[in-house]
Amino acid sequence: MKGAIALELKHVTKRFGAVVANHDVSLSVHHGEILAVLGENGSGKTTLMNMISGIYYPDEGEIYIDGNKAQILSPKDSFKYGVGMIHQHFKLVDVFSATENIVLGIEDGKKFNLKESSARIAEIADKYGFEISPEKKIYNMSVSEKQTVEILKVLYRGADILILDEPTAVLTPQETDKLFAVLRRMRDDGKCIIIITHKMHEVLSLSDRVAVLRKGEYVGTVETAMTSESELTEMMVGKKIALNIDRTDALGLGERLVVDKLNCLDEYGVKVLQDVSFSVHGGEILGIAGIAGSGQKELLEAIAGIQPTESGKISYIEPESKELIDLRTKTTAEIRDLGIRLSFVPEDRLGMGLVGNMDAVDNMMLRGYEKSTVFVDRKKPKELADKIIDELEVVTPGTSTPVRRLSGGNVQKLLVGREIASAPKVFMAAYPVRGLDINSSYTIYNLLTKQKESGVAVMFVGEDLDVLMDLCDRIMVIASGKITGIVDARTITKEELGLLMTKTTSVFEDRESRTNSEEKESLSDE
Amino acid sequence: MIFGFPIVLFIQRAILQGTALLFGSTGEILTEKSGNLNLGIPGIMYIGGISGVIGGFLYQSSAGRTVNPVLAIIIPLLSSLLGSLLASLLYCFLTVTLRANQNVTGLALTTFGVGFGNFFGGSLIKLVDSEVPSIALTKIAKVFKKTLPFADDLGWFGDIFLSYGFMVYLAIILAVVASIFLKKTRTGLYLRAVGENPATADAAGINVSKYKYLSTCIGGMIAGLGGLYYVMDYTNGVWSNNGFGDRGWLAIALVIFATWKPSVGIVGSYLFGALYVLYNYISVSMPMMPIIQMLPYVVTIIVLIITSMRNKKENQPPASLGLSYFREER
Amino acid sequence: MSENIDRVNETEAAVQDVKPDGHKDQKKREPLFHITKRGQLPLIQAIGIRAAAIVLALIVGGIVSVFVTGKNPIDIYASIFDGAFGNGDRAWVTLQEIAVLLGISLAVTPAFRMRFWNTGAEGQVLIGCLATAACMFWIGGSVPEWLLIVIMLGASIIAGILWGVLPAVFKAFWGTNETLFTLMMNYVAIQLVESFLKIADKSGSNTVGPTILVHGWVPNLFGVQYLLNIVIVAALCVLMYIYLKKTKQGYEISVVGESENTARYVGINVKKVIIRTMAISGAICGLIGFLLVGATSHSIDADLVGGRGFTAIMVSWLAKFNPVIMVLTSFLLVFLDLGAGEMSSALGLNKSYGEILTGIILFFIIGCEFFVQYKINVNKNHKFFVKKGEKEVLE
Repeated sequence: MKGAIALELKHVTKRFGAVVANHDVSLSVHHGEILAVLGENGSGKTTLMNMISGIYYPDEGEIYIDGNKAQILSPKDSFKYGVGMIHQHFKLVDVFSATENIVLGIEDGKKFNLKESSARIAEIADKYGFEISPEKKIYNMSVSEKQTVEILKVLYRGADILILDEPTAVLTPQETDKLFAVLRRMRDDGKCIIIITHKMHEVLSLSDRVAVLRKGEYVGTVETAMTSESELTEMMVGKKIALNIDRTDALGLGERLVVDKLNCLDEYGVKVLQDVSFSVHGGEILGIAGIAGSGQKELLEAIAGIQPTESGKISYIEPESKELIDLRTKTTAEIRDLGIRLSFVPEDRLGMGLVGNMDAVDNMMLRGYEKSTVFVDRKKPKELADKIIDELEVVTPGTSTPVRRLSGGNVQKLLVGREIASAPKVFMAAYPVRGLDINSSYTIYNLLTKQKESGVAVMFVGEDLDVLMDLCDRIMVIASGKITGIVDARTITKEELGLLMTKTTSVFEDRESRTNSEEKESLSDE
Repeated sequence: MIFGFPIVLFIQRAILQGTALLFGSTGEILTEKSGNLNLGIPGIMYIGGISGVIGGFLYQSSAGRTVNPVLAIIIPLLSSLLGSLLASLLYCFLTVTLRANQNVTGLALTTFGVGFGNFFGGSLIKLVDSEVPSIALTKIAKVFKKTLPFADDLGWFGDIFLSYGFMVYLAIILAVVASIFLKKTRTGLYLRAVGENPATADAAGINVSKYKYLSTCIGGMIAGLGGLYYVMDYTNGVWSNNGFGDRGWLAIALVIFATWKPSVGIVGSYLFGALYVLYNYISVSMPMMPIIQMLPYVVTIIVLIITSMRNKKENQPPASLGLSYFREER
Repeated sequence: MSENIDRVNETEAAVQDVKPDGHKDQKKREPLFHITKRGQLPLIQAIGIRAAAIVLALIVGGIVSVFVTGKNPIDIYASIFDGAFGNGDRAWVTLQEIAVLLGISLAVTPAFRMRFWNTGAEGQVLIGCLATAACMFWIGGSVPEWLLIVIMLGASIIAGILWGVLPAVFKAFWGTNETLFTLMMNYVAIQLVESFLKIADKSGSNTVGPTILVHGWVPNLFGVQYLLNIVIVAALCVLMYIYLKKTKQGYEISVVGESENTARYVGINVKKVIIRTMAISGAICGLIGFLLVGATSHSIDADLVGGRGFTAIMVSWLAKFNPVIMVLTSFLLVFLDLGAGEMSSALGLNKSYGEILTGIILFFIIGCEFFVQYKINVNKNHKFFVKKGEKEVLE
C-alpha cells in the first residue's frame, strides 16, 4: 500500500568542477512503493543517490525525509534518517568476515559481540532465503556472495528507505528473481525502495513508478502501469531514435583465431577459465555473453598476452599464408613484434586502454612508441590524434588535454579509434559501450560492423542481450569460466541465452564422447 | 652465568633496550592501522623525550632538594604526552585535513622533531652551564627507575621479571591493551576498517577523519613515551643531543617485523633489543659490532620479503596505508 | 567586512528559492563549508598560492624566532641571507650543497615518477661513499691515481645500483613494500660504514679523514673547489629532463607510474622497467657518493649524507618531479638549511634551530598544496555569516 511521502528531493544540483552531474532535480517517493530511477549511464543517477546516502553533499537544493528537512552530511547521518544504500561497487573490507562487514559503523549501544551478530545475520538471511556463512572472509567470496553481504548490511540495520544501485548487474536471472521477490516483500512491509537501473524489463516488472533522468536533468515521473517501453525510452534519450543495427552477413573468411582447451588461474589460484575452446572467423562478429565476472576479462586478456595461462592453445592463423602461430605462451610484446595485428579495447578504459593523466597524443603513442629507439617521436601520434578527433567527432579542448577530463563517450572514441588505426586482423572489445550515451554507442557498433566488413575477426563482449542479438553473427555464452554454448545470433532467443548463462556444465562436458575436431565442426555449424 | 655468559644481565639489558622500541612500535601500529604511515615517529619520539625533560627540568629546579615522587612522574609524563600530542596533531592536520603526502609530511616532521629535541636540549645544557654536553635529571630518574620492593629478594627470577621501572611494564600493558583493542572491540574493528578501506568505512557511517586523528594522536603519544622512557629510565635522566639515535626507525622496522600485531611487537622489541646490545656480551672484533647492530634491520627486511612472498592477506600492511582519503574523489 | 556582506547578498539573490527553514536544530547542523576538488587552477594562481605559503612561513618562522631569541626578525632573516651568500666562499659552499642535494633529488625522481617510493636514497648515496672510501683505503697506492679514480667511480656506481636494485627486484616479483624496504636499507648501509670506520681507524674515531684516505683525490676542475660537482650535477639535471620527457624509457616510466595495467596492456615489461629505473636511481646516488668522498670531503663518517637522502624526497616532490623546477626547490631548502645554521651560530643559538625553522617552512609548503588541489566552498547562508550580517546591520 502506498503511504505517506518518505523522501523528497527539491531542486538538487551537484557539480564536479565544470561538470554538472545533477541539475535542479526534484522527485519524491512514498512508503510502500518501489521507485525505479531510470537513465542512461552518465545521466547522474548514482550521483543523485549518493547525495541521499551522504557520500556527496548537494551544491544546491534540499532533501526532505518524512516531511522534515534533512541535513545529510555523511553516510552516518543518512543511517539516522533510515536510508540504506547498496552500492554498485561493493563497499566491503576484503580481509574482514561477512559479519564484521555487516556490523561496521553500527552504534546501537549494545555490547559488541560478533557471535551474537552472526546469529542474527543468519536469522535474517534465513528469513529471506539468502545463503551465507557469516564467518567467511570477503576475499574468499564470489561476486554474488558479496552482493548478498551488501544487501544483508542494509537489512541488518533495518533501513526504511533502501537504495539499490544497479543491483542485478552481477546476478544470474534466478538470483535476480529472488532479489525482486525480497524487494516486493519489503515494499509490502511499508518500506520505501529506490532501484537504479537502465534495464527496461526490470523497471517494468518491478517498479510502481519510474523517475527518468537525462544528462543530469530530471525529466519526469510516470506510473509504471500507465507507461510503455517506447515511452520510457523516449524520455530517457530525448528524441525517438530507430534502434536498429545494420547487420550484414558474415564474410566466412575461415578461421582466424582458434582457442583450444584453454585453462587459466587467477592470482589466488582459482580456476577462471576451464577448457575453453572456440574459434573466430575473419569477417564475423563473435559475441560473448555471460554474467559479469564469468571469465570474459581473463579470456580476452589471455589472447592479448596479458593474462598468464595454465594450459591449452591459442592459435592465430595468418590470413594469407594460413600459417599457424601459437600465442598462448607469448607475451603482448612478443605477439606485437611478430607483426600480428591484434587490437584490444579493454573493459577498463582509463585504467588499462588509456592513461587518464596523459593527453591524447601520449595516449596514441601507447601503440607504436616501441618502434622508436632512444627518443620518442610525437609527430605521428599527434597526427593520428587529430585525425581521430576529426573523423569520430571527439569533443575535446585539444590534443594536450588529459583524457580523463573528457566524457566517457569521447574517451571511448579515442580508444577505439586508436585500436582501429593499426588495421587489425583480430579486434577484441570488452563492454565497449558501457557508460556511453545512445549516439556514441551506435557510433561504436557501426565501427565494429565496418571492421567485420573489411574482413577482421571481431570479438565483442557485451552485457545487453538485445544488442548482442542484433549486432553479432554468433554468440558464445560463458558461465563460471566454461563455455556453455555457441549459438547463431539470428535465431536464438533471450530466454535461451539466459539459460545458457546460468548453466553449470560446459558444452563439451555435454558431449564427452566426441573428439576434438568433430566438436569444432559442430560448433561452427550451430 | 651460563658457560661464562651473563644471561640474566643480558636479558635485562635486552628488555631495557627493547622497551623504547616497544612504545614506538605500539604507537606506530595504532597509527598505521588507520592508514597513516607516520614516518614522523622518530621525530615525535624526540619531541616526547625532550618535552618530558623540559617539564622535569622545570620541576626539579623549582622543587629544591627533595622531589615529590608523584609529581616527579606526573609532570614529565604529562609534558611528554602534550609534546607528542601537538606534534601528532600537526601531522594529522597536514595529512588528514589537508591531505598532504604522508611520506613527505612524516619526513619533515622527523627533521623538525629531531631539531626540536636537540635545540631545546642544547638550550637547557647551556642554561645549566654543564661541562659535558648533556643534562642530568638524576632525582627524577630515580623515581622513574624505582623497582618493586621485593625484586631484589627473588634471585634471577626477580632480576629478569621484576627489576625494572614502571615504564617497562607500562609498555607491555599498552601493547597488550592495543592488541585486545584491535582484535576484540568495536572501535578496534572500525579502526581497522578505516585503514583497510576508508571509502567503505565512510559509507558505513564511520567518521574516517576522526578515527585517523584519534589513532594517530594516541599512537603518537604512546610513541612519545618511548622517548620519555629512554631519557628518564634507560639513560638515568641524562639527555644528550642525538642520544636517542635511530631507535625511531628501528621502531618502524619493528612494526613490519610484528606484521602489524602489537602482541608480536612485545617479543619483537626484546629480540631487537637483544640484537642491539648483543655485541657487548660476546667477544667480537670492533668492526663486527656494527654488523651485529645491523641485524634487526636485516631481519626486518627478511620478514618483509617473506610476508610479501607468502602473500597471506592477514599479514599484509593495511590496504590503504600511505594514501589520503577524500570522500568526493571521482 | 562589508565585502563579505556584499557577497552574501549576491548569492542569496542568485538562489532565491532556497529559503532557510524554521527548524533551529537543523539550521545549526548546516555545514559552514565543504570541500571539492578543483578542475584545474590557472598556473599564475597556483604559483601565487605557493608564494603566499612561503611568505606566511617566513612570517611565522620570524615570529617563532623572535619568541625564542628576542631579536628583530629582519635581523634574523638578514643573517640567514648572510649565512648563505655572505661572501664568495659561502656562496661556493651554497652552490656545492645545492649541487649535492639536487643530484640526489635527480636520482630519486625517475623512481618517483614510476610511483616507486624510494626512501632509501640516504643509504644508496652512503653505500656509494663507502665503496669510494674502501677503494681509496685498500687499493690506494697500489695502482696509478687515475686508475684508482676510475675504479672508485665504478665501484661507487655498482654499489649504488646494488642498493637500489635489491628492493626493486622484490617489488617487481613479489610486490614487497618498497617504502619500508628501502628505508631499512639505509640503516644497513650506515652500519656497514660504522664497521668500515672501525677497520680503517683503529683509534675508534667516528670519522676516517683525509689523513687516512690519502689516495684517489679527484682533481679540482680549473683549480676551483666544488666546480666539478656543480658541473656534473648541472649536466645531470639537463640529461634527466631530456630522459624523462623525450626518451622511450622516460615514456615507459610514466606509463608504468600512471597505470601498471596499461603498461602490461601495451606490452611494457613492468618488472624490467622497475628494476632498470631503480638501477638508474641507484647509479646516480652512487655517483653522488663518489663525488662526496672522492672529490669533496676525502673523508667518510656514518652521517656524511646527513639526511639529504630524505630532504631530496621533499625537493623532488615539491617540484612535482620536474628536474628543472627542482633546481629552485633544492635551492630553497639548502638556502634555509645553511642560512639558518649560520644564523643560529651568529645569534648564539644551537645549530638545530635551523632544522626547526626548515621544518616550519616545509609544513607550510606541504600544507599549501591542498589549496592548489581543492576548493573550499563556503556556505554563505550559514548562520555564522547571517549572524555577522545581522550584527553589522544593528551597528
